[in-house]
Amino acid sequence: MENNASYVLKTRNLKAYYILDDLGKKKTVKAVDDVNLEIRKNEIYGIAGESGCGKTTLMKTLYALLKPPLRLIDGKVLYYRDGEEMDIYALDNEERRKLRWEYIAYIPQGAMSIFNPVLKIKETYRDFLDSHLSGKTRDEIFEIAREHIRQLGLPLKVLDSYPHQLSGGMRQRVAIALAALLKPAVIFADEPTTALDVVVQRGVVQLLNEIQDGLENTIILVTHDMGIHANITDRLAIMYAGKIIEEGNTDEIFDNPLHPYTKYLINSLPRFGDRGSRVSAPGNPPSLANLPGGCSFHPRCPHKMDICEKKIPELNDQGNGHKAACWLLNGGEGKDEGTS
Amino acid sequence: MKALLEVKQVSKEFVIGNILSREKILAVDQVSFEIKASEIFTLAGESGCGKTTMARMILGFEEPTAGEIMYSKEGPKGEKKVWFTQGFQAIFQNPFETFNPLRKVDSYLFETVFNYKLAADRDEAIGLIDSKLRSVGLSYDEVSGKYPSEFSGGQLQRISIARALLTDPALLIADEPVSMVDASIRMSIVNLFKSLKEDLGMSILYITHDLATAYYLGGQIAIMFRGNIMEMGNVEKVLMEPKHPYTKLLRESIPEADPSRRWKDKITITELEHEEYLRKGCKFAGRCPEVMEKCKAQAPETVIVDDVYVKCHLYCSA
Repeated sequence: MENNASYVLKTRNLKAYYILDDLGKKKTVKAVDDVNLEIRKNEIYGIAGESGCGKTTLMKTLYALLKPPLRLIDGKVLYYRDGEEMDIYALDNEERRKLRWEYIAYIPQGAMSIFNPVLKIKETYRDFLDSHLSGKTRDEIFEIAREHIRQLGLPLKVLDSYPHQLSGGMRQRVAIALAALLKPAVIFADEPTTALDVVVQRGVVQLLNEIQDGLENTIILVTHDMGIHANITDRLAIMYAGKIIEEGNTDEIFDNPLHPYTKYLINSLPRFGDRGSRVSAPGNPPSLANLPGGCSFHPRCPHKMDICEKKIPELNDQGNGHKAACWLLNGGEGKDEGTS
Repeated sequence: MKALLEVKQVSKEFVIGNILSREKILAVDQVSFEIKASEIFTLAGESGCGKTTMARMILGFEEPTAGEIMYSKEGPKGEKKVWFTQGFQAIFQNPFETFNPLRKVDSYLFETVFNYKLAADRDEAIGLIDSKLRSVGLSYDEVSGKYPSEFSGGQLQRISIARALLTDPALLIADEPVSMVDASIRMSIVNLFKSLKEDLGMSILYITHDLATAYYLGGQIAIMFRGNIMEMGNVEKVLMEPKHPYTKLLRESIPEADPSRRWKDKITITELEHEEYLRKGCKFAGRCPEVMEKCKAQAPETVIVDDVYVKCHLYCSA
């Protein structure tokens, strides 16, 4: 096995399904299906995909936030801390609590609404620090909060504000700052820029970049916005119907997408200076409760072959760590075919 | 060509605060523009720039505090409202909120047909509904008897477009129609707008914060900021050679799907948007990289530079 020292998180054949009981009929929603991730230290790792592809469920599974009907079916989530391997699902509650926020932090979707509306922001900071750093006085805690806010270039007056006095973008950035407070090695950010204006989005991306530069940690960024991925991530995974279908360096994926779905995703984006017609993938993403056999993309794929309906392609390395799961590539034929 | 819709010096004032401290905010400040027949007009800007208020005034949901909104012709007496809603249809941001979850989706389509007396009986109505659904890529068989929860967001948005098309409107007002749907569905809806304009000669008022799709659609664009139109003109000119510093900032802040063009400069962000609304001079002066003394004191006039309307002191002759 290769050296684990440069990795912070790995998953092995991770499967998490929603098991629903629909009037006596059992329904299984395969939201995370056989996912193998290897995420390195000191990188921004992006996960892209449309809504309902399982990216938020993947986040929750990595953070061990499973609540029924979502269940871990199989696989492992391994974190590496000081050379030690930890399976987050093998830890007891107290150990898991210590791991969270101090080693791994999670910024949920819509994080701007997490604040208690009747407390000033600094009281939220105090709550947070009280439960993780014991034996600090009130003033020491406020000083830590001030220092933290100053370092991240946010205005100090936010600490004395109530949440409703701040704009959505500012609240979002304070929520992100809070997640970085204990200098975690991994920060999960679920759609941190969604529902924000473009200029504010840029501010959020700027903040995430600053945090990553300062802490040299790992940020795992989930968003459907390919523009954001192009702008901030070092490596990128494309998720479709619960599976990772392509993974590689961000530059490489944008320059040379291999999977037909990724091609649609990238080529359908409107660009300035080119008003040529853009076509998006035909049809709709499949329901995760009723997936087509074989490759889940085959009903929408223009290059469908017989094998695509029967067997699921594996995520294979196509060179330079650029992986893709597609029979066009795995079959060895059509590899040099210029598809657009 | 005569304009289909003319907005002349329209303002809308809102009062915020309580009885003790009242502040007046001009959500829309002396805005003028016109939409011609068979034209796509984009009203773009960030949240809180007044673009939805503008749409609500055009649709008659709000009365302007000052100014006039003129339609190309007046309807027959007593039936003004019917005439108006027939010619001006709207679709909204969240397709899941457009439809009542407990009502079948096709009932909305029938309701529109019978309200406007577009068909004599049910069979004729079905034929009409089917043809409109087909023009958005669906069919009556796919839609009939189903509840909103049985459709995806993109399908619901298409159904609401089909409903708007039933009356053959001259202008479709689309308020953030694609901000709630995924990228692949987004393009199919934007492509649909393109074909509505090209094939049916319909005008579209496209209200959005997404400049990339606005550029793709073409036509005219007005960039709004804190109630003012900062720059207005042909999309190609406004977005490819932006003149106003705010348009430049917006344009640079759009994340492009190209890793070689990552952002390098840092930006400052406002803390409170209503402070910007209350600003005396140019509303953008607090963040503008090219701010001058007079920008803080006096609001600039709108001038025409290179066929583009610009509201900035940089272009006002001294």
